Amino acid sequence: MNLSMKWLSDFVDVNCPIREYAEAMTMSGSKVEGYETEGSEISNVVVGRVLSVEKHPDADKLVVCQIDIGQGDPIQIVTGASNVTPGALVPCALDNSTLPGGKKIRKGKLRGVESNGMMCSISELGLTLNDFPYAITDGIMIIEEDCKPGDDIRDALGLNDTSVEFEITSNRPDCLSVIGLARETAATFHTPLKLHEPVVKGCGGDIHELLSVRVENPALCLRYAAKVVKNVKIGPSPRWMRERLRASGVRPINNLVDITNYVMLEYGQPMHAFDLKYVEDSQIVVRNARAGESIVTLEGVEHQLSEEMLVICDSKKPAAVAGVMGGEYSGIMDDTTTVVFESACFNGASVRTTAKKLGLRTESSARFEKGLDPANCLPALQRACELVELLGAGEVVDGVIDVDHSPAPKAPLYLDCDWINRFLGISLSKEQMISILESLDFRVENDWITAPGFRVDIEEKADIAEEIARIYGYDKIPSSVMVGEAKASLTEKQRFERKISDIVLGAGCYEVMTYSFISPKFYDKINLLPDSPLRRSVVISNPLGEDTSIMRTTVLPSMLDVLARNYNNRNSAAWLYEIGNEYIPKGENELPDENPQLVIGMYGNDADFYTLKGIVKAVLEGANVQKWDIAPETENPTFHPGRCAVIFKDGKELAILGEIHPSVLNSYGISTKTYIARMDMQAMMAAQAPEKQYRPLPKYPATTRDLSLVCDDELPIIEIEKAIRAAVNASVLEDVKLFDVYQGAQIEAGKKSVSYSVVLRAMDRTLTDEEADNAVRKILKALEKIGVVLRS
Amino acid sequence: MKEALKQIEQNAVAELERCGDLKELENLRVRFLGKKGELTAILKQMGQLSPEERPVVGQLANEVRADIEAELEKRIGELKRAEEEARIKAERIDVTMPGKAVKLGQKHPLTKVLDEIKEIFLGMGFSVAEGPEVEYDYYNFEALNIPKNHPARDTQDTFYINDNIVLRTQTSPVQVRTMEKQKPPIRVISPGRVYRSDAVDATHSPLFHQIEGLVVDKGITMADLKGTLEVFVKKLYGEEAQVRFRPHHFPFTEPSAELDFMCFACHGEGCRLCKGEGWIEILGCGMVHPKVLRECGIDPEVYSGFAFGMGLERIVMRRYNIDDLRLFYENDLRFLSQF
Repeated sequence: MNLSMKWLSDFVDVNCPIREYAEAMTMSGSKVEGYETEGSEISNVVVGRVLSVEKHPDADKLVVCQIDIGQGDPIQIVTGASNVTPGALVPCALDNSTLPGGKKIRKGKLRGVESNGMMCSISELGLTLNDFPYAITDGIMIIEEDCKPGDDIRDALGLNDTSVEFEITSNRPDCLSVIGLARETAATFHTPLKLHEPVVKGCGGDIHELLSVRVENPALCLRYAAKVVKNVKIGPSPRWMRERLRASGVRPINNLVDITNYVMLEYGQPMHAFDLKYVEDSQIVVRNARAGESIVTLEGVEHQLSEEMLVICDSKKPAAVAGVMGGEYSGIMDDTTTVVFESACFNGASVRTTAKKLGLRTESSARFEKGLDPANCLPALQRACELVELLGAGEVVDGVIDVDHSPAPKAPLYLDCDWINRFLGISLSKEQMISILESLDFRVENDWITAPGFRVDIEEKADIAEEIARIYGYDKIPSSVMVGEAKASLTEKQRFERKISDIVLGAGCYEVMTYSFISPKFYDKINLLPDSPLRRSVVISNPLGEDTSIMRTTVLPSMLDVLARNYNNRNSAAWLYEIGNEYIPKGENELPDENPQLVIGMYGNDADFYTLKGIVKAVLEGANVQKWDIAPETENPTFHPGRCAVIFKDGKELAILGEIHPSVLNSYGISTKTYIARMDMQAMMAAQAPEKQYRPLPKYPATTRDLSLVCDDELPIIEIEKAIRAAVNASVLEDVKLFDVYQGAQIEAGKKSVSYSVVLRAMDRTLTDEEADNAVRKILKALEKIGVVLRS
Repeated sequence: MKEALKQIEQNAVAELERCGDLKELENLRVRFLGKKGELTAILKQMGQLSPEERPVVGQLANEVRADIEAELEKRIGELKRAEEEARIKAERIDVTMPGKAVKLGQKHPLTKVLDEIKEIFLGMGFSVAEGPEVEYDYYNFEALNIPKNHPARDTQDTFYINDNIVLRTQTSPVQVRTMEKQKPPIRVISPGRVYRSDAVDATHSPLFHQIEGLVVDKGITMADLKGTLEVFVKKLYGEEAQVRFRPHHFPFTEPSAELDFMCFACHGEGCRLCKGEGWIEILGCGMVHPKVLRECGIDPEVYSGFAFGMGLERIVMRRYNIDDLRLFYENDLRFLSQF
């Protein structure tokens, strides 16, 4: 909402600099986004009277003018314009003047003849024909205003209003008006509000003989009021009205259209004007649109109407979409003689839905959709008619049509001073509270408050508390420290996530954040099988685009996407991780499962499968998951079938890790080996061992035996360790450490050499050599069974 | 003999002083003090002396031995020190060479600042609550006093799964769920991902993060709201940060406010950073609307509370002077490694 300060001064006196005004209004709830004084870019431009016009001695298209600028000798200006004649009043930009757009004017010579400034066109002053309909676009502006040479052009043309831009919150449609903001201004500055009762003289006659109105759906049309104006004289509206409209950001059109806009801005009540000659059978019917009906609106576009939309019709066809926009033939034309002014109140939700469905959001619909006061219809209508008479734009027929289905006023609210003081943490007297409420037009009688009808937002005592707080001043409310009980701690899940995050960070991975929605095509990119259950996703019904249209059921494509971007940006290595959700759909009206996953992705910096596995192991250790199992995974199509493993515990999968399948890398445009692990946070949390317990430090020495073994190349290393561990009593087997794997010259083809350190120790004694030898014998015997022998 | 002893001592001292090598010193020790050394050789001749002379010469011999030993020790010490000094000198390295890299990752800047904010609120007794991102319309809107047809529900703003399920547009539904589960006193913050149907550009993203907070207890006042949030802003931005509470409107709070802090760059005068306003908005807040309390089964006649919410991305962008929100979700390491 742009407010003209000149207009505001009709209703309230503001006697402070604009900056202070803006600050005070912002702090009482009407936020000022900015303000602009018209003509602030114009300086040193005055009214001049052309004394003489002579031909330029050396240029056919230039003339040399002597101009009286109200002081001193006339000055000489050279111009190329052809509409300048002696006696004309023109805008003169003097030497060292500025014009809108930062243009600077200095004196100089044109074809050898001195020119001490410039005469301006309306566009050079930042104006249009709408502001001064008598001017021309391709020539100097010939001023027809009441002014004299030497007057500042801003005063002469009325370019000295200040326009303040307010951000009005959706609960305050009443403030989308000059009067509404004047009321807020008066309450904020504790000054009186000067409201004016419109007076209409009338010209006799009876509206009922010219027009009838029938409202078929009173639930959507709470009130419909109309007046008729005959013998309409269409023309430009007066300068003061055009200036105020311009300062409010509305383009002046003609006197009748300008009046409807003026009243809408002043009263916050949208108005509509019909040409009576197009109202078939002189009958207005407010009803729902019928199936198949359409309307061509003012901007010349045909819109299909649907049955829930409210329309203003004549006896046959829709003439306007209620509260949204008029029809093509209902507007004011040059040949219009009789006009119907409509001032109505429509159901906000209905206007909103209709405007949205038609894609037509107008000044009118923006006001209606927030809820207007039916009681405002008649004063606004009166004001429009008053302006018609004031402007001499027509004759107002006596009588008013008023179909009123206004709801009963809301019940009064009790003024609970103690509660309000406690709630806000202040201590105002009842008198102070009443004074604030009354300044906002609330009525208080015997501690019962009646809110004005235009305050659609007032429903309960918390709303009253807000009115008191904002006018009293939020800044005057003290700041206090809360008392009472507080039990703050992170949940087990939150602590677990922090712990895991710390481990992965320590391993050298950077955290990333990715979108939770992806494109269904991403499933193809990671080679997901056509019948994979992961292809069933939570689907967004109104996505922005395909790329963000479904909620991911796997975090892998998100990580691959980030790795690909880093690879394309020539980052030589990227070690990354994210703890992100996967969204697994359930029933139709059930929320999906949101399962947090740790995903680690890496390429470069010597990363290989075992680098990744090392980090995965560290995570499992940090998570205190013990005795997990690992097995090769050959079936997952995203991973290299020979370089992928799953980790599980008690039959439940905890993680998958591996090298990404070359064809997947290819579809992401990555041409370096890339590794990803996905670890299920919930499964890891569930698999955590109980709190760790202290074990006494060993008192007796350990015996270490190194074993160099040979086995088939195909045999997974883990089988050897399992066999060793199974062969010896766990109470004396402290550790089994792999320290070398070798294939090559000294080893038979298809075999590998594997070396282990086996650490033996008893807690209660020093093991004898005999006991150690015995253990080694048992180990070798067990290994033989799986084809592992001592290297000779 | 006395002469001979003194001569040995003189020789020994002179030799020791000349000697510059630990091995040579050992040789000298053997030569003068060893079993077959010069001193022993003299002492073997003690038998030839008269009984009167014997103790005198014996004592002299012991003195000579002690002197030589002391001199020897001194020289050993000196040489060892010299040797050590030489070694240390030879061991000089270029300490300006790069260290052996310890690879440490870093948290995403959004997480970093979020952790900081969580710590501040944990310190003030707030727990951290979480809830689903794919959420029932009821929790995201209805229970928060945003009925059907409220402008905030435009499909322009909200991603719908179906008529009853949406991607949450705010983390407030977590507060509603908290109030349903837990009786007051309640002090929680709910950080998390939220979704709005905004096309991606330098200042918009269809996914971003919010941190909302909720307090419900007996006797909670608007003064408590002010006090708590002032402490928060001062902890986040420093004690010198100046704030103001400005009336605003939210459907789920009444009274409602926006919290601005004074622009650091211009100290309230108005500049480009604050778009000429002198103040920069940081969060929205207000006293929990009685309708919301009632909807969650809490009696607004007994309890009151306040709520607040802020956008994490904007706070982080301001903190690090980041001018393009897209950088957060592009995850280029050249960006991530800066924090």
